[in-house]
Amino acid sequence: MKRCVLILAAVALAGSFQAAWAADLTGKVTLKGTPPAEKTIDFSDNPQCANMHPTVTTTRWYVVGKDNGLKDVFVYISKGCEGKTFPIPAEPAVLDQEKCAYQPYVLGVMVGQTLNVKNSDPILHNVHAIPKVPGNEEFNIPQANQGQVNSKIFTKPEIMVKFKCDVHQWMFAYVGVVDNPFFAVTDADGNFKIPNVPPGEYTLTAYHVKAHGATPGISQTIKVEGSNPVVANFTVEVPQ
Amino acid sequence: MARRIALQNCSSRELDRPPGDNPALRRFALLTAAATLVLVCVGGLVTSHEAGLSVPDWPNSYGYNMFRFPVSKWTGGILYEHTHRLVGSLVGLLTTILALWLFGRKARPVLRWGAIVLLLAGTVCSLKYGSRLEDNLELAATGVAALVAGFFWPNCEPSPKWLRTLGVIAFAAVVAQGVLGGLRVTQLNAQLGIFHATLAQLFFVLVSAIALFQTQFWRSLPARAVVDQKALRLLLVTAAVLILGQLVLGATMRHQHAGLAIPDFPAAYGKIWPDTDAASILKYNQHRIDGESYEPITAFQIVLQMVHRMIALAIFVMVGICAWLARRQLGRQDLLSRLAFGWFLLIVTQILLGAATVWTGKMAAIATAHMACGALSLVAGALISLLSFRLLAAPDAQNCPAQKSELTSLRPSSGLTT
Repeated sequence: MKRCVLILAAVALAGSFQAAWAADLTGKVTLKGTPPAEKTIDFSDNPQCANMHPTVTTTRWYVVGKDNGLKDVFVYISKGCEGKTFPIPAEPAVLDQEKCAYQPYVLGVMVGQTLNVKNSDPILHNVHAIPKVPGNEEFNIPQANQGQVNSKIFTKPEIMVKFKCDVHQWMFAYVGVVDNPFFAVTDADGNFKIPNVPPGEYTLTAYHVKAHGATPGISQTIKVEGSNPVVANFTVEVPQ
Repeated sequence: MARRIALQNCSSRELDRPPGDNPALRRFALLTAAATLVLVCVGGLVTSHEAGLSVPDWPNSYGYNMFRFPVSKWTGGILYEHTHRLVGSLVGLLTTILALWLFGRKARPVLRWGAIVLLLAGTVCSLKYGSRLEDNLELAATGVAALVAGFFWPNCEPSPKWLRTLGVIAFAAVVAQGVLGGLRVTQLNAQLGIFHATLAQLFFVLVSAIALFQTQFWRSLPARAVVDQKALRLLLVTAAVLILGQLVLGATMRHQHAGLAIPDFPAAYGKIWPDTDAASILKYNQHRIDGESYEPITAFQIVLQMVHRMIALAIFVMVGICAWLARRQLGRQDLLSRLAFGWFLLIVTQILLGAATVWTGKMAAIATAHMACGALSLVAGALISLLSFRLLAAPDAQNCPAQKSELTSLRPSSGLTT
């Protein structure tokens, strides 16, 4: 009995140490070079969508913010977590269809985590996911009703799974699927934050859909020691 | 008088009015071919708008019976895909009627039995599977229509057996085509889309050929050449087959869902042959800003488009030679010479449309026109090849000596040089 109590205490202590000895990983992704001009989306064939967009709407390939910060870069730990298991987030990730556009444009989920795809529009969409990695199933589901939600789970890591609406050709989004909970998507100024990374040496990868395409993205090795915050910056280049 | 007797000895029925000759049937066959061309065009619009999967279910449309899908929901890509399904159904119906019509009065029992099967199917579905009442009523109504048609079906002579066989093949092809299209949607299989597109072209050739065989023009064609124009015939057929190969290549390009793999013409990324190493492909993709959800381009797709361009050039040269050779060997006024020249003009138009497809960034209307012109080029090539077998093949001297002597006497007025 005494031994059991001791073991439990040790486990609890280890858990609290892990929480205490986990660091926040922050950084910024900047774009070097001049990206090609975005295209204006033509809603003329779809009056309902046009009404939702009274101003000019463009594609979202290279969204550059303050100090050349690049939005929608998927940043994740690509190496260093092998052999470890992590709890799957109970909170589902949400990919919404709002005003005839996917929100967000880039999203991350963990393998096994529920992804809710929602239709917030008063018009119908189809949700067509096109994974390439065997084990992740391609699907194409109709969402005819406003508020309709369909839940899906990906079983294999994949950077990135493309989602598209075949009814509205300009509607597409990308979902990064990883086997650990340490990922983030850069905000409008290119900043990201991955909280509670346990100590260790990792490879941190930044992947931008347009700039990196079929390549794995750009990586750097980081070392997390104790609870000391780690800063890792990336530069994405557009060749001229 | 001597001529009439001679022809009766050989194939008088062929040259007068063969069994199954029917002006209404002739017009109907032409209507089916025209409807098929419309279907091919709508299919082109579907792929040009990348809308093939905009209706995720089949045979239903967003859960509705296909024929009762509300018009208010035909928006965006659905407009093209759903219209394609409806026109496909229409072509299916026309082909079924055409195939039956070729059987003449022999089709009556088929219709009656078919009607009974449909009525039974409607009853069984409603009783056993509890499917939607409207669907069962539709099935039963089709059965009733077939039953009524069975009693009022034209009491005409059946067409020749070979023509009836072509009708059955067309019916089987249209059914297979519908199922292939459906499976492409439900199985999310792009390869099936390539087969679907290829079969569409072959089906268009088949119904066009059936329409041609119904015409008095075809039936009245004499086999005029005494000396076989084998080389020209071979060239015509080879060019037609090459066009079919080109259309399969085009279908493969379309079903890669990658848009334009090469954005310029006549150069390719500013070169005669573009770089296809990994670094170059990455650079092409980085600079490619599409408003549509195209897949990133790959080296394979670039090579595919280059091969498409080269085959286009080969077809241009080959059909040009066909037109030149026909004119040289048969004379300017000869029917085949004129048709071959028309075919060549069609190929020139097709190449210009191909260039325009690139220059407009694959504008849907232009890309569809390119595809439709390709289908017409194939049909033109196939029909001209068929004509060449009637006009340029020497008649069998052993089987038809009388006709041969008759034809020899007709030669000077035919404008043929042998």
